[in-house]
Amino acid sequence: METGPDTRDTRDNPVILEMRSITKEFPGVKALSDVSITVRANEIHAICGENGAGKSTLMKVLSGVYPYGTYTGDILFQGSEMRFRDIKSSESAGIVIIHQELALIPELSITENIFLGNEPTRFGAIDWVTAKKRAIELLARVGLSDDPDTQIKNIGVGKQQLVEIAKALNKSVKLLILDEPTAALNEADSQHLLDLILGLKSRGISSIMISHKLNEIERVSDAITIIRDGKTIETLDVKADGVNEDRIIRGMVGRTLENRFPERSSNIGEVFFEIKNWNVQHPQVAERMVVKNSSFYVRRGEVVGFAGLMGAGRTELAMSIFGRSYGNFISGEIVKDGKEIQIRNVTEAINNGLAYVSEDRKALGLNLLDDIKRSVVSAKLKKIAKAEVVNDIAEFQIAEQYRKSLRIKTPTVNEGVGKLSGGNQQKVVLAKWMFTDPDLLILDEPTRGIDVGAKTEIYGIIRDLAAQGKGVIMISSELPELLGVSDRIYTIFEGAITNDIPAEEADPETLMRSMTSMKTKAVTK
Amino acid sequence: MTASTEAPAKKRFSFRDLGKMFGGGSSNVRQFGILFSLIAIIVLFQILTDGLTLSSGNLINLVSQYAYILILAIGMVMVIIAGHIDLSVGSVAAFVGIVVATAMQQWNLPWPLGIVLGLVVGALIGAWQGWWVAFVGVPAFIVTLAGMLIFRGGNQLIGNANTIPVPQGFTEIGAGYLPEVGPDTGYNNLTLLLGLIIALAVIFMEFRARRVQRTMGSQPAPLWVSIIKVVVLVVVIGFASVLFAGGRVGTSFPISGIILGVLVLVYSFVTRNTIFGRHIYSVGGNKHAAELSGVKSRRIDFLVMMNMSTLAALAGMIFVARSQASGPQDGIGWELDAIAAVFIGGAAVAGGIGTVGGSIIGGLVMAVLNNGLQLLGVGADRVQIIKGLVLLVAVGLDVWNKSQGRPSIIGFLTKNRRKDKLDLEPTSSSPSVGAGEAPSEDPQGLVPTAGTPDTSRPRG
Repeated sequence: METGPDTRDTRDNPVILEMRSITKEFPGVKALSDVSITVRANEIHAICGENGAGKSTLMKVLSGVYPYGTYTGDILFQGSEMRFRDIKSSESAGIVIIHQELALIPELSITENIFLGNEPTRFGAIDWVTAKKRAIELLARVGLSDDPDTQIKNIGVGKQQLVEIAKALNKSVKLLILDEPTAALNEADSQHLLDLILGLKSRGISSIMISHKLNEIERVSDAITIIRDGKTIETLDVKADGVNEDRIIRGMVGRTLENRFPERSSNIGEVFFEIKNWNVQHPQVAERMVVKNSSFYVRRGEVVGFAGLMGAGRTELAMSIFGRSYGNFISGEIVKDGKEIQIRNVTEAINNGLAYVSEDRKALGLNLLDDIKRSVVSAKLKKIAKAEVVNDIAEFQIAEQYRKSLRIKTPTVNEGVGKLSGGNQQKVVLAKWMFTDPDLLILDEPTRGIDVGAKTEIYGIIRDLAAQGKGVIMISSELPELLGVSDRIYTIFEGAITNDIPAEEADPETLMRSMTSMKTKAVTK
Repeated sequence: MTASTEAPAKKRFSFRDLGKMFGGGSSNVRQFGILFSLIAIIVLFQILTDGLTLSSGNLINLVSQYAYILILAIGMVMVIIAGHIDLSVGSVAAFVGIVVATAMQQWNLPWPLGIVLGLVVGALIGAWQGWWVAFVGVPAFIVTLAGMLIFRGGNQLIGNANTIPVPQGFTEIGAGYLPEVGPDTGYNNLTLLLGLIIALAVIFMEFRARRVQRTMGSQPAPLWVSIIKVVVLVVVIGFASVLFAGGRVGTSFPISGIILGVLVLVYSFVTRNTIFGRHIYSVGGNKHAAELSGVKSRRIDFLVMMNMSTLAALAGMIFVARSQASGPQDGIGWELDAIAAVFIGGAAVAGGIGTVGGSIIGGLVMAVLNNGLQLLGVGADRVQIIKGLVLLVAVGLDVWNKSQGRPSIIGFLTKNRRKDKLDLEPTSSSPSVGAGEAPSEDPQGLVPTAGTPDTSRPRG
């Protein structure tokens, strides 16, 4: 979507929101100190910062989650000072926040969700006729033509995000706050959402957008405020300052990340792991194949990338190999070190030297109630147990080793993993799987939701594992990361492998072409 | 170079160190508050009843009267940690009681075999319920609600709704005491010996724990903390053993108390230090993550349910032995007492959190409260109301504390000592310390199918 230069320059627009010297303290932590931000009318204002920089806290102050009096500083909205007591009061002023975890109720219909807490009534009863009519209008405004009676659980995340926006529009929003709006969306849905935000802007609704996806910020935002360690670092005007991704990263981390990707060591060995003609069925819908006749191989010391759009079947492929933990296994062969092996469950997968780091760290990767040391050894307790009794001294020492070697930032390994930041949690998950002595690690979106600095460290760990002669499969939605870290890349589309490209010959365009069409170059070995 | 600057930083008394007296690890701190409540309740009733609460006769009675509820609490905490619940324990106990009593009366089964039979029947019932929970996938609430009806009915069917007496030898496990041996000291010698052994074990364990902490490179609490702790515990144990040993002639520490003590030790060890125990916590904490780490969650669910019913069988037999007969009203409401004990003891409703020790303390709170109120002549109606309120307040305080971002009472105490005044800042229920931390996004994840029961999958 092309935006004219006139709409991009908002420096002369009137100020709609001003947050002045906001300071917010939690017991023992100063989350925000003296942060200021100015948003103009008809502007998309991005807030960038590493995880833990204070972006979400700032938005919680603005939306009244942290009520007036729990912070210091002033909020001026449309010229008058605001003292929000709760979300309800900020919404009635026209500020609506859409959280990254969507606040929709899966069992209710689109209409019911849009009007939840705000139901139109007639003689005291909910007026569903009006509600439905309004819902259809609102859906049209966000470009949805779904039946408003559809249950939320039956529409995809992309559409759910749009329903959230429709819900905000119903509250006559003037300033929309979007916290990581595209994190869970695929490319097409992201594009659609961003276009919608641009459309809203042209109709006079300003947005504040928090995102880790710098290319999106570069594309849609007019101004960028960078926050680091709870302080405002700078506010950039996208057009005038000629902002690009490197420039934003420099602001976020306070230095230039020159080598975001580590050097490849080229001691790639023999093929040791092969999947042949792998077929997997959807767990509920029997006629749907999620993995179709896929074959691939991994060499020792090689990092193999898997590129594909969300829903292409990458995770399904990985999880079905890892002890058939997804879907119904139909047919296929696993060959390791020249011998065909059977892996029927996760225990057999671990015993055969496989490790799987899930894309969803909190739901599938960790028990957030557990502490670090117990998490690290949890996938192979037998290794430090004698007669079923766990040796807790060994456990502590092993966890300490990983804390040092992976530089997990924590006072002690007795700390709960739920308290760690995303990047450090991911290191704990990696430690957990490194502890199982795997020959092949399958890393599913290993850098999702973690900040730039931690990403670089994770890349380093991946290359180290490869240098030790282990095979690594890396599934990622970020093409630069795949191109920067992998030695070879498979593309996958609708459950089938469509291409096999050495990293040095690959570029984003070729990858994207194979990720979006069935036309395959015959996959040869 | 003044002398004062060279003086080593002297360790001041701190509440944090005091906290280490009760376990030291952050996970144990939650039990600290409830332990204090228990002590406070004991002291309160001791005063109100003019010393009757801590008299030999009452203590002995207290142990033998509540041992079976505490045994149920041990099994129940494991069920609750795994994320389930068991409502059938009272009925299972009654069913096993009547089966054993009938077998001994009608088939003249010797009583030791009767006990074995009871345990086997309990295990079979547990296997039955565990199968529905783990392999069919019916929620434990439903399975055990059904079990509650089935086995209550079973009890009345077998016993014809009559009471069946049990033979002499069998009553030992519920109504027996440590025998009199050795010279006449005016006390029960075996009880004193037991007290001595426990005291020595406490001293040994404390110093072993210090050594382990040092090996781990973490700093143990100052030595004085350990010494005070050991002295306090030894005095308490000594006092208790003299009380137990000094009861009416023919009474001493109950056999059922010994069974309970052994079970507490065994199950504390199992839940804390074995692979099986770790797996219970991981299944309850995050079932999907556990499955993807190779934990066979169905097996864990099955074993936990089976274990619960086996312990319920034991509790039922102890009760029958104590009351010398098995009847149709045995075990009514036990499940609620056991569940209350577990939650007062700090377990989480959603699973993943809880300890055997905490549940025992929670059970003792209920027991002392019950007993003290009875001693004061408070009617059963009011006792129930008070117990209900205690459960609500105890769990409510814990929830409130956590929502204030304070992990526990001890956190509250240490915070108060700081210079700044108490910050009553709601920090939401999120567990993150880095308050500015953006929670990483949770995309609609793929849920592993390894743990779903085969019956809920489509046929291939």
